[in-house]
Amino acid sequence: MTQAIHEEPVPTDAASVNASAAAWLRRRQFWDWTEEDQVGLDAWLAESAAHRVAFWRLNAAWSRTDRLAALRRETGETVVGQSKKRFRLIAAAAIALAIVTVAGAGFWFLRPAEKTYITALGGKQAIMFADGSKVELNTNTALRVNFRQRMVWLDRGEAYFQIKHDSRHPFVVMAGSGRVTDIGTRFVVRRDPSRLKVALVEGQAQFDRLNVSSETPKSLLPGDVVIATPTSTTLLRESAKDLSSELGWRKGVLVFEHATLLDAATEFNRYNSEKIIVADAAAAHLTINGTFRTNDVDAFADAAHGVFGLRVETRNGEAIISR
Amino acid sequence: MPEITHGDTKSYCRGVAMGASDVETWFVREVLPLEALLMQYLRHHWPEKSQIEDLRQDVYVRICEFAQKEIPDPAKPFILATARNLIIDRLRREQIVPIEIIADIDLLGLAADTPGPERSTVARDELRRLQAALDSLPPRCREAVALGKIDGLSGREIATRMAVSEATVSEHIDKGMCVLADVLYGEFSVFGKTP
Repeated sequence: MTQAIHEEPVPTDAASVNASAAAWLRRRQFWDWTEEDQVGLDAWLAESAAHRVAFWRLNAAWSRTDRLAALRRETGETVVGQSKKRFRLIAAAAIALAIVTVAGAGFWFLRPAEKTYITALGGKQAIMFADGSKVELNTNTALRVNFRQRMVWLDRGEAYFQIKHDSRHPFVVMAGSGRVTDIGTRFVVRRDPSRLKVALVEGQAQFDRLNVSSETPKSLLPGDVVIATPTSTTLLRESAKDLSSELGWRKGVLVFEHATLLDAATEFNRYNSEKIIVADAAAAHLTINGTFRTNDVDAFADAAHGVFGLRVETRNGEAIISR
Repeated sequence: MPEITHGDTKSYCRGVAMGASDVETWFVREVLPLEALLMQYLRHHWPEKSQIEDLRQDVYVRICEFAQKEIPDPAKPFILATARNLIIDRLRREQIVPIEIIADIDLLGLAADTPGPERSTVARDELRRLQAALDSLPPRCREAVALGKIDGLSGREIATRMAVSEATVSEHIDKGMCVLADVLYGEFSVFGKTP
């Protein structure tokens, strides 16, 4: 430790550094988080060691409380008006756990390391790994994570993965029979009932299917899109730039390029309880370009009306588009 | 008064130069669990309670700047030596305390080297500790944190659920994050053994 570096520590008041660190962490955790935000955070962290230690410390404490989420019942029921009950549940669980651990202190180390994350319709959530890897869940998504094994199961919906390379522990995403083995990369996986889609944005990854032994694993390069159905696996090459429309949801938007009205409506319906119904076969095949907020059904209806002169009727929580 | 040099921290240090993420990993795994001990040490040796948080931050900055070159192993004597050096630097610079107290610090430094709560104890009490930490938050703050943490709601959803503005949710969450860190790292567990 050289004297010169530490002679005059930069006078920064810990309380305000902590407040800034908390604000960054909260925004990353609970609000839309964009690439620009990440750049801003990186710059703030690079500014001083005081910023870094404050952020690491709050992040570590915050991640540590993740274990509380394990107490959540699997029903997806939420806490509305029930926080007292929930806390009683936590207390009961804590006491039960205490009793169990008196019997065997090793319990904690044997506990299942798997966690389930569920987003509601229109919801979004980011999961941070200790190594800096990040998974973002899109609307109506269920994902299980084993942090220790670096394994993830996408049970439904869509997720974007930004994975830090670890040569000893490859990161594996299972989606039905499909498996993506990552080699330090960014990619998006979307699982619909009869179709699995994997798009690689950056880096390298491998895709294979556990139930089709005759298929050789496919090596994916940036821009590659795999579409797997129960009967086929197709590899498409797009430029990585074209994948931006796949990733609009991360910024809360839907990007349509030459999409049919029907496909666009189907996309909207993934995010909103107010469903868009295209009731006219000819109108369904009109193509549109545009960027919409995922929850802005009205803007889409206005466009259908204003651009194509279609009729839009709202009834029973449905927007019905017809001629 | 024994002369304290920075050289006496050298003997604790082994290992190789590390990147920022390695420093973070080390900081979270080795340093933060000793925060309660560090806070006890600082409170014991520094008269002005309102400055403890700043001192803690300065200790962390010093050790992390050092750790970028090599990871100190073991962490505990290094952290305490850094805290001691920092306090001595401050006392000398501010000249607010008579020199005898500096000598005293060194004696107390030995006392502070007693073992902290063992990791296993901490792990065993983890869930109760988390529960206690959550309970230590003010009610509305706790509700916001629980909705985010246990129910996985977004900021906007928490605001809707609690019928408050997003700015208010932000205040609750920010405060919650700071208090949780203080309780989880800065205080000895009420359930665990006191060192």
